[in-house]
This record gives sequence, structure tokens and C-alpha cells, in this order.
Amino acid sequence: MGKREFQETKYEGEKCVLTVRPALCKGCEVCIEFCPKKVLSLERKQQVVVADHIENCIACGMCELRCPDFAIYIEKK
Amino acid sequence: MANPKYEFIQGNLACAKGAAYAGCKFFGGYPITPSTEIAEFMSEYLPQHGGKFIQMEDEIASIGSIIGASLTGAKAMTATSGPGFSLMQELLGYACIAEVPIVVVDVMRGGPSTGLPTSPAQSDILQAKWGTHGDHPSITIVPNSVEEMFTETVRAFNLAEFFRTPVIILGDEIIGHMREKIRIPEPGELEVINRSLPNNDGVCKTPYASDLNKPVCLPNFGKSRIHVTGLNHDDTGFPTMDPKIVARENERISMKIYHQRNLIDKFEALHCDDAKVLFLAIGSAARAAEEVVNVLRERGVKAGLFRPITLWPFPKDEFAKYAANADYIVVPEMNLGQLKTVAERFTKRTKIIPINLVNGEPLGPDTIISAVNHLNI
Amino acid sequence: MFDYSQYLRNEKLPHIWCPGCGHGIVLKSLIRAVAKAGWNKDEIVLVSGIGCASRLPGYVDFNTLHTAHGRALAFATGIKLAKPEMHVIVVSGDGDSLAIGGNHFIHACRRNIDITLICFNNGIYGMTGGQYSPTTASGDKTATSPFGNVEPHFNVAELAKGAGATFVARGTSYGVPQLDNYIYQGLMHKGFSVIEAAEACFTTHGRKNRKKYGPSNLDMLKWQRDHAVSVEKAAGMSEEELQDKIITGVLHNVEKPEFTEQYQKLIDSFGGGAK
Repeated sequence: MGKREFQETKYEGEKCVLTVRPALCKGCEVCIEFCPKKVLSLERKQQVVVADHIENCIACGMCELRCPDFAIYIEKK
Repeated sequence: MANPKYEFIQGNLACAKGAAYAGCKFFGGYPITPSTEIAEFMSEYLPQHGGKFIQMEDEIASIGSIIGASLTGAKAMTATSGPGFSLMQELLGYACIAEVPIVVVDVMRGGPSTGLPTSPAQSDILQAKWGTHGDHPSITIVPNSVEEMFTETVRAFNLAEFFRTPVIILGDEIIGHMREKIRIPEPGELEVINRSLPNNDGVCKTPYASDLNKPVCLPNFGKSRIHVTGLNHDDTGFPTMDPKIVARENERISMKIYHQRNLIDKFEALHCDDAKVLFLAIGSAARAAEEVVNVLRERGVKAGLFRPITLWPFPKDEFAKYAANADYIVVPEMNLGQLKTVAERFTKRTKIIPINLVNGEPLGPDTIISAVNHLNI
Repeated sequence: MFDYSQYLRNEKLPHIWCPGCGHGIVLKSLIRAVAKAGWNKDEIVLVSGIGCASRLPGYVDFNTLHTAHGRALAFATGIKLAKPEMHVIVVSGDGDSLAIGGNHFIHACRRNIDITLICFNNGIYGMTGGQYSPTTASGDKTATSPFGNVEPHFNVAELAKGAGATFVARGTSYGVPQLDNYIYQGLMHKGFSVIEAAEACFTTHGRKNRKKYGPSNLDMLKWQRDHAVSVEKAAGMSEEELQDKIITGVLHNVEKPEFTEQYQKLIDSFGGGAK
């Protein structure tokens, strides 16, 4: 219904574009823990996920699948 | 009118037929003496007339199912007695705050607890007003004849659909089980009100928006995809704790029935204008009181009967008017003085004579006569 | 990969559930299953009771109904019977559906009414601060079992099967793709479907039982991973081995007459009943 735009941070990977929506991320670290390629980490100050190794991303989508908060998703190329 | 249709039927059956006349399309209930005949009729009538009947696993489920059905657009009803009525209280409050029209029939029996399942009583009348927690509106109707079990059930549905709130019908074992000859109204003869829907019935951003003198216009489940909750909510239907909105909505939901109470008020005033001995009675007790009024009138005593048919909201102004010039207010009832507490609120100095029968027997004219004989009237 | 926004009331995000709570994961699983089912949003009614999981309806763009504690299935039965063409889904926590709502749970199973119940089973009353529920493991410490829960717990699937539900499955908030599949099968099944989503609540439950589940929410998810056993594999394991295991998979799937269809047959027997 109402489309509320959430500010998005985009990361350009080889196989996909990974998007994080900081406003929705609660820093639960589920995506970080279960990403098979250690692409993600927690930015200490904001307690929000960042993709500091996007180059390792294989677009498996585990982060989007496991995120409880619609805070991270990928768009395959 | 062509040849009028008469039937010699039981009060409970008349109530069910009244519901059918009003367009009730869903009944969810649970067996309990002395109201089960209503469910039995509905289980036979509804599937043959495009309606649905279900016997749920308990009374909480019963009222839950009719609120659900009502939200899809069906006129819905349940019927029970004291013990079931007590179980239904929480969800009566839910229907109040979510503003869902339903009709709940309580055919009263001896209480509390299991009490006297096959005996009459009138001891649930304050529960009908304050049974559930929190401030809430209560429209409660008390029929005192088989005919009124029919016509007042039609009125109950009309009020529920118009005000978008539960309406309670308080019968008792006598009114429910006795038989009387009644004329069945022709289709179209009694007014039947259907709920007003938003004109577009489409996307409705503020389904609960309403000013006090216009009930909410909630769409049924469907295209509008509304949200309904028992939490305090704002115009959009979503929860809120904003003090301003919470106060406004709590007042609106409780007071909405008072802003158009002319549509709700209904009472019978028999010989009240010059009454010195004013009887205040409802339901089957009022039948006995009426008999006594006639007897006293023949003896030259200025007696009158004030009988609320809409018990809640109580017709306080009219009652106070008659009470003001009466010497005595006699309140016969089959409980320990519940209606009396209401009478006390609206009479300044007039002496109140309670007549409280709580032995499970019907309250008859002789009980009243012997209680008033000693009065120097 | 998947556009959730068309199924969400986006303006209501972020949702209220704690960081890492399983409810958000199961919500997304439900949305993907609904999308796969291809249902029209106008025809879906999503009903819940009271509790953390029961706040879910507020976030989805369907006809939504947040009822009273334990009563979701009673409301849902009224909706489904009154308007069988509606797709009725009930989301409810373990306490909501099995404690106060237990009577409606077993009767909805018995009737085999075409409703899909997703039981968010995190084995605790989360909303009220972590009291034990009918599915809390024996021995677990909670706000009302400070010395360890002395009560045995329900086996939700066996209860549902025994009461008559015709589709019963159990997934976990770790095994997400499987959970999507179980919910989808439940939605498509004609009859009463119970999908138990075994989850973990660290905030009110995990924190009091770190020795058992591990020091963090992530460990609770791993605990699920390490204790989940497929129903096929479990068949070859002893009672003793299965002691604290979560048996996942489709546990029961039979076809039986569906309640609203049976009622419609009754109506049709009177010649449509539209008199």
C-alpha cells in the first residue's frame, strides 16, 4: 500500500547489486553470520550492516532470505 | 392486508424468526438452557435461506465466529444464557471497540453460576451494561412478550447495523419458553436497516473516520483490505497510543449511541401521567406489574407502569419526569435490586419500594399486591 | 530477488520485533508462499490473536484482523464459513494458539475447515516478557519457571494430527526454503493446515538459557540448525536420540471432506437455498 521510501546503500558486486536499507537494519548480524563468503560486517557506530567485501559476493541470496527485517536484498545481474 | 399470518409460537422461536426477518445470515452459538431453541431454529432455517449456522466449541468461540462473519458483511447473531453471556464479555468489548455490528441474545435464568437453568431471573441486567471491562456503549433491549421477541429482534439488528455496535437482547426463561399467538409481519412491513458502506467500497484510507453524529462507515472485508484490531486505534484502524486520539476515540465509541438516542429510546408508559404509585419494571416482571396497575386503578388508586423496552441507555429523563410526581416507586424484579439502583439514581425524594423475588419462581401479580397492600395509598 | 513491497504496508516498517527475531523471517516466508500461490490480496484475510507474532497482520497488505488472545481461529472460522471464497490464514504464537486458544485449535482441526494456521512456536510468551508456554522445553528457565520448567510440553504436530488436521508440517526459522515450501503446501491444501514454525526468542528466552542455547541470538539459530532432523531421517532414530530434536518436514497430509464444502452441499440439497 503506502510506499515509504527507505534510503538505500547499493554495493556493486560481480554477480549482483546488493542493497542495504540502514533504516530497517537492527544490527542483528544474522546475515553477517550466515553469509558463506564473509561479504558483510557490522559498522560499529551505526550498528548497521555494510558489505565491505562485495567482491566475494556470489549472489546466493542467503542474506536476503534470512534477514528478519527487509533490510538487505540482492538484484542478480 | 391479505389474510394476516398468525402463529402460536414460543418466544425463542419468535426471536429467531425476527432475526430471519431482519436478514440475519449467520448464527454461531452453543447449546444452553433456556435459549437453545433459537439455535435449533437457525440450524434448520439458515441453510435453506442462503445463510450459515455453526455450533461452535464454546460461547467465546460463538461470539468470535459471529464477529468474523459480520466483518465479511453478514448480519450475525448468537444466543445464550447467563453462563455463556459471562464467557462472551471480553469479545462483546472487542465488537464495541472494533465497531462490528452483532446481536447477542441472553435468555436469563437463575444465577449466578449454574444457578437455576430452567427457572427465570432478571439478574444479568447490570452485566448487560457493565459486564465487559473498560468504558463502552451498551444498547440493551428487554422484550416482555412473544411478539416483542420478534419485533424487538428486528429492531436490535437495525440498531446494531446503524450504530456499528453490539446490541444485547435480554429475554428470560418465561419470555423465551412461553407461547403466545402473534401476527407475523408482512415482508417489508417492519423497517429493516442495512449497514451503510463507503460508496466506493474500494480503497478506504480512513475506515474509522467519523464525527459523533454519524456512525463509522466501515467497508466489509474485500477490496478495501482494512485492518481491524481490538487495540485502541485511529481513523486508519491502526493501533495508536496518542493520548489525544485515544481519548477522542474512547469518548466517540462510548458516546456515539447517545448522540442519536432518539433512534434507540423505546419505553411503554401506562397510566403514568397522574400516577402516584409508579411501577418501574421490565420483561416478564412488567407483565405482572401491569396486571397490578389495572387492579389498583379499579380500586381508585392512581397507579402507573413505566416499562423501558430499551433498557440501556436507560430512558432517564422520561422516568425522572413521572417519578417526580409519584409518591412511591415500586420496582418488582427477579433479582436483589438491580433495576432499583437505577431508579435511585433518577429520583430525588420519592420513596422506592423494592420487590425482589429470587426463589426461581415467576414474579406474579399476587407477590406485588401483597407488597404494596400495606402502603397507605 | 523478491519484491516484498507489494505485499507489505511499507509505511508500517520497521516492524516491532526484536533484532534477529524469527517472526520477521517467518513473515517473509509467508509472503513468498502467498506470492507463489498467486492469491489476490483482496481475497486474503489474515487473522491473528495476541502476542508478538500476532502483530504480523499490521504489516501485510491484506484484509487483516487482530483479534483477542487465543481467539483467532474462532473469528477465522466465522469468516471462512460466512465467505468460503476468501483465503483465510491465521498466524498465532504457541501460547496464543495452544494455551488460551487450545480449545479453538483442536476444534478447527476436527472440523477440517479450509484455513491455514501458522503457529509461530518460539516456546515462550515473548510479549509479556518471557513466561513459559505449553511448548517450553522442560527444564528451561523462564520468568515464571525461575527454577526450570517442570511441565512437559505439547507436540504440536501430534496434537494437530490427533485432533483431525489433514495437513501438518514443521519447519524452523533456520531452514527457510523448506519453511516456504511447507507454508505454500499448507496454503494450497484444502482442509485445515497447521504449519509449525519452530523459532527462537533470545530476548526473553535465550538470555535465560545460554548454557543450553548459546550466548547469542545467532547461537539459537545455530541450535535450531544442529537440532533439526528431517522426518525421513528421524524415522531411523531412537526415542532417546530424538529427545531434544526438532523433526521437520510434512508430517501429515491426507485428504478429507472440507467443512465449508460439506456445508455448501447441505445448502445445495435445498435447491441452492437462495430462496
